[in-house]
Amino acid sequence: MMNNKDPKLLLQSAPLLRQELTTPAAMKDVWIALLPATAAALWFFGLSALLLLVTSIAGAVLTEWVFTDKDKRRFAISDTSAGLTGLLLGLTLPPGLPLWMAFLGGSVSIGLGKVIWGGLGTNLFNPALLGRAFLLGTFPIAMTTWGPAGGPGEFFQIHSSNFAWPLMQGQYDALSTATPLGLMKFEHETTALGSLFMGNTAGSIGETSSLFLLLGGLFLLLRRSIDWRIPAAIFLTASLFSLIMLLINGADSNFPSPLFTLFSGGLLLGTFFMATDPVTSPLTPRGCWIFGIGIGFLVVLIRLYGGLPEGMLYAILLMNAATPLIDRYTQPKIFGRKS
Amino acid sequence: MTDKQDNIKTSSITTEEPSSSRLIFSMAVAGFISGIIIIAIYMLTFDTIKENKARELREAVFKVLPEVSFMQKLHFMDNKLGVVKAEGMDDEMIFAGYDKQGKFIGYAIQGKGPGFQDTIHVLFGYLSSNQNITGMEILDSRETPGLGDKIFKDMDFVGEFINLPISKEIKAVKKGKKTQENEIDAITGATISSKAVVRIINIAFNKWSSRLPQQGNEPLLDKN
Amino acid sequence: MATDTSAYEEMIKGLWRDNPVFVQVLGMCPMLAVTNSAINAVVMGLATFFVLVGSSFLVSSFKQWIPKQVRISLYIIIIATFVTVVDYSLLALLPTIHKELGAFIPLIVANCMILGRQEAFASKHNVKYAVMDAVGMSAGFMIALFALGSVREILGVGAFFGIDLFGANFEPWVIMILPPGGFLTLGLLLLFFNWFTERRREFLLKVAESSRVAYVDGDK
Repeated sequence: MMNNKDPKLLLQSAPLLRQELTTPAAMKDVWIALLPATAAALWFFGLSALLLLVTSIAGAVLTEWVFTDKDKRRFAISDTSAGLTGLLLGLTLPPGLPLWMAFLGGSVSIGLGKVIWGGLGTNLFNPALLGRAFLLGTFPIAMTTWGPAGGPGEFFQIHSSNFAWPLMQGQYDALSTATPLGLMKFEHETTALGSLFMGNTAGSIGETSSLFLLLGGLFLLLRRSIDWRIPAAIFLTASLFSLIMLLINGADSNFPSPLFTLFSGGLLLGTFFMATDPVTSPLTPRGCWIFGIGIGFLVVLIRLYGGLPEGMLYAILLMNAATPLIDRYTQPKIFGRKS
Repeated sequence: MTDKQDNIKTSSITTEEPSSSRLIFSMAVAGFISGIIIIAIYMLTFDTIKENKARELREAVFKVLPEVSFMQKLHFMDNKLGVVKAEGMDDEMIFAGYDKQGKFIGYAIQGKGPGFQDTIHVLFGYLSSNQNITGMEILDSRETPGLGDKIFKDMDFVGEFINLPISKEIKAVKKGKKTQENEIDAITGATISSKAVVRIINIAFNKWSSRLPQQGNEPLLDKN
Repeated sequence: MATDTSAYEEMIKGLWRDNPVFVQVLGMCPMLAVTNSAINAVVMGLATFFVLVGSSFLVSSFKQWIPKQVRISLYIIIIATFVTVVDYSLLALLPTIHKELGAFIPLIVANCMILGRQEAFASKHNVKYAVMDAVGMSAGFMIALFALGSVREILGVGAFFGIDLFGANFEPWVIMILPPGGFLTLGLLLLFFNWFTERRREFLLKVAESSRVAYVDGDK
């Protein structure tokens, strides 16, 4: 605008204030922030993780391409949002999942989670989580069969179950293990905080390493790509609520410590990368607090009293559903108008 | 045809409302005819339906109590277990099974309780002579298809209840971790449903074990 | 009076153009609840067929004796009678299927498609048209039930009418035989139906357009 030939008079329609942040730029920040967690996923779960991520991204991008108008295709793919959805979904999958399910999940994420609502920015639910919810409901056993986290030497090891034919079951080679949350819920065993922090536990490929997820989250917070209120509210509520439950019920029961609550399962991954999705979270600061508190409360409630050991998925989806309502009731009042 | 249609038209145009008695009369006629039809179909199907239900129950009892040829219903009333002939079942009733000679074999006890989704009805056979469960049958359940419904579709799981000692409370443990005689391998992916079945059996057994008569004093088969 | 072709029209319209499920979106309760297998869907469709055709026949035959102030109650009495007949007959003849359909057989009474046909059609037309309309509508309903039931059974169990399709290694899509699978499949079928209808209209328009152009050209 400044290189206008005659800057004395500027005729321009609103919005008058512009900033550098565009959709592809915001997406780029999230891609960068996910790098450490993705690297950790590859480190702990080897080539299986790589294959799963590539397949779910392929499923998502391909679906976006198929369901977009011909003349908008290049534009829709190049904002990288579909690929990001695929990556996020891939990070929430168990390492031994058959690849065709990962592809289907990516496809459902975009098809049912985004395109059907009208495309980017119009969806009510987080697409990646919707895809995961579909997979969890459709293939409950495959989605809860966890291979153990491998180490450096096992990078080239691939789960044979990954290569099941479409529509067929995976043949699992290794003994399945339980996630830290599963151990807590069904066996009443705790996992050392050190392992939870580093990430060498069983679980979804991208959720185990708290350290690398925190790094990515910190980057997003520093770049102000996400609203700090949502993570703050989730962390505060979840740790406070689990502390209260722990104090009421005593330490020897299956009630986890606040730190265990924060570092286990998908809480960190969900908090930094899914709950803060600008499309599906509230717009107002007060709304963000309510949204985060709701997630923090629901996740602990579902983990302690639900049928499944992990509750982050449904906690976020439920609060996604409440977002329009929250937005409506937290709109700032117009000055001078009676409510 | 045309006449009739004209009739309708004129009647709908007239502003005069039909009298209440006319309305009541048409309702009554319709209700009466409908009632007659319903009674007729009820009478027609009554025997078959009764037979179906009885056969279903009998088959279940025969399944959980092997080598049974006759059975009768026992009702616990006034602190006593007596033979009943009445139709229907309630929570205070169990079955006694007898062999061809009319000799007592064992009981078939029913229990129900909450499963993962809805109430599960369980029937299990019990031999008081060696305090063993002889078999288990799910009469009714709405557990998740493909997972929870394995409590009656997974024959390994159902088979675990054959000759299962119940002198100690039975327990469901994770698959492959069974060490004790009174333990059951739960179904992978359906732990809650498996545990529900075991809990229902334990509760029903505790309720009935004190009510059953001393061994040798079982009610005789009423051959009528 | 109308000719036989229009009676045929009344029947054929329920199959596709005015399909009770895909176009009118009526009778959703049985549509979602009992379509977890093809056989359940077919039995439900047959039961609805019997009730709808019977009720339409009676309502149309007795229409001049039905006072309009109590017509809804009378329709319900007629429908309920047929439903009870179906309920007891199924209980006697097909007890296993009756157990699976459970409460949804009595709930045919509340299927708004049936009452809707009485109010909108049978009470205004003569017996022949009313019965034709009922046959068409319930056939359309059955087609929709069958489509939904087949998709859900094939994906959810890997079978069709209980016949195994994919072998022992098939991974069942559990969600498909659960209630969410009903909503999902119905939504996708509606999507497909509308997409197809749209395409067909566009195609017909194009054909009409080109033939007009050809005609004009030929005229030159």
